[in-house]
Amino acid sequence: MRAIVISEKDNVATALEDIPAGAQVKVRVGAEEREIRVATAIQFGHKFALRPIPKGGEIIKYGEVMGKATVDINRGEHVHVHNVESQRGRGDLMAKEAER
Amino acid sequence: MEILGYVRPWGGIGIRNHVLILPVVVCAAEVAQRIADAVPGTVAVPHQHGCGQIGADFEQTKRTLVGYGSNPNVAATIVVGLGCEKVAAEQVAAEIAARGQRVELVVIQKEGGSRRAVEKGVEIAGKLVAETARIAPQPVPVKALILGLECGGSDATSGLAANPALGVASDLLVAAGGTSILSETPEIMGAEHLLARRAVNDQVARRLYEIVARVEEGAKRMGVDLRGANPAPGNIAGGITTIEEKSLGCIYKAGTAKVQGVLEYAEAPAGPGLWVMDTPGHDVESVTGMVAGGAQIVVFTTGRGTPAGCAIAPVIKVTGNSRTFRNMEENIDVNAGTIIDGQETIEEVGRRIFSLMLAVARGELTKAEKLGHREFAITRVGPTF
Repeated sequence: MRAIVISEKDNVATALEDIPAGAQVKVRVGAEEREIRVATAIQFGHKFALRPIPKGGEIIKYGEVMGKATVDINRGEHVHVHNVESQRGRGDLMAKEAER
Repeated sequence: MEILGYVRPWGGIGIRNHVLILPVVVCAAEVAQRIADAVPGTVAVPHQHGCGQIGADFEQTKRTLVGYGSNPNVAATIVVGLGCEKVAAEQVAAEIAARGQRVELVVIQKEGGSRRAVEKGVEIAGKLVAETARIAPQPVPVKALILGLECGGSDATSGLAANPALGVASDLLVAAGGTSILSETPEIMGAEHLLARRAVNDQVARRLYEIVARVEEGAKRMGVDLRGANPAPGNIAGGITTIEEKSLGCIYKAGTAKVQGVLEYAEAPAGPGLWVMDTPGHDVESVTGMVAGGAQIVVFTTGRGTPAGCAIAPVIKVTGNSRTFRNMEENIDVNAGTIIDGQETIEEVGRRIFSLMLAVARGELTKAEKLGHREFAITRVGPTF
């Protein structure tokens, strides 16, 4: 099963093929090779966590912050819109603030 | 490294030799299209603007239309007006002529109706096509190229394969003395700090932050999460989670060159090197802006697959997703999915894109050209009155 980690700083990997639930995936993080068991099926192009990410923790891909966890995310868990929010262009948060 | 260019009287170098039928207002769009339909070798760009526009919004539409008529890929233009519009045909024609480009004028109210205007346009267009056919392309240095960088229908492979490979091609062009334009301001959001570090001076860095902040404020004013429109549903299905993630992948298109400056929509770069143009993420509006700014060639990466082309500039399509390449091969020129599949490196695909750019700049047609894709859309910055 193939997946890629772009920067050593990243805490997510991107699947380079459809990965079935429970599969062991070898990923290279810098010089080191790690093995991660994915919790659920991960579609081609989707991400999974390389290590536990607490609620509010930063999601790092390309060595940069790409969002924050909205719940605790386990190692091997699918990382996507259901558990990550953007920090940018959030008119919804501004509208909520205005209501208060 | 040489390409084949059509050298315009004012020195501009085109890689195509179009006769453009340019309506200045929606009311002239149908007549313009009928002229183009009747005369092979011409192309029209129908649109819905040009009336009830004021201030910066009016200026931007006019700048885009003048920019199209002034693009060196265009040998001659027929400006078609109604006669009472805000973006006046006479003014647009005069500004195109002032740049040294060949231009003619047809005004529907002056000609006395649709049919007479079409007849007049067809007669002039026939003469312009014959005139234009006599212009022979000649070898010119590759540095004459202005490349528009575009991505649309992105998925996770865009940031991993297609965009980094296009970045290699963009760097090769800039190293050869050419010009490259990165656009789509919403898709810089979350990665602006990386581009700002590459700005030639503090003022350019500040402008980069400003244009992104302006877009973000605009999105916030709508009172909803930008996510859903950008990243779009297809981006999300393809694995892109946030605008930050999309942007970090998008800016790879611009390679590693220094950022020379920030351009307004449809503004021409003042010199060679890499520039950033303030355009929306809307692919066709973005491509139109860059081509109005003088880009003669566009390379467009797409993870999910899109057919969009351009009326006056060749558009080369690149996908980082081998499945998409197989699914939409008739639309896509380069498969960069070989990077994901482990068969080629980013550098190798980048060089392949650059070679194809040169071939296209020597006359080879892109798939979008062969399929007759002529998309055109002007972005608006104000309401219609």
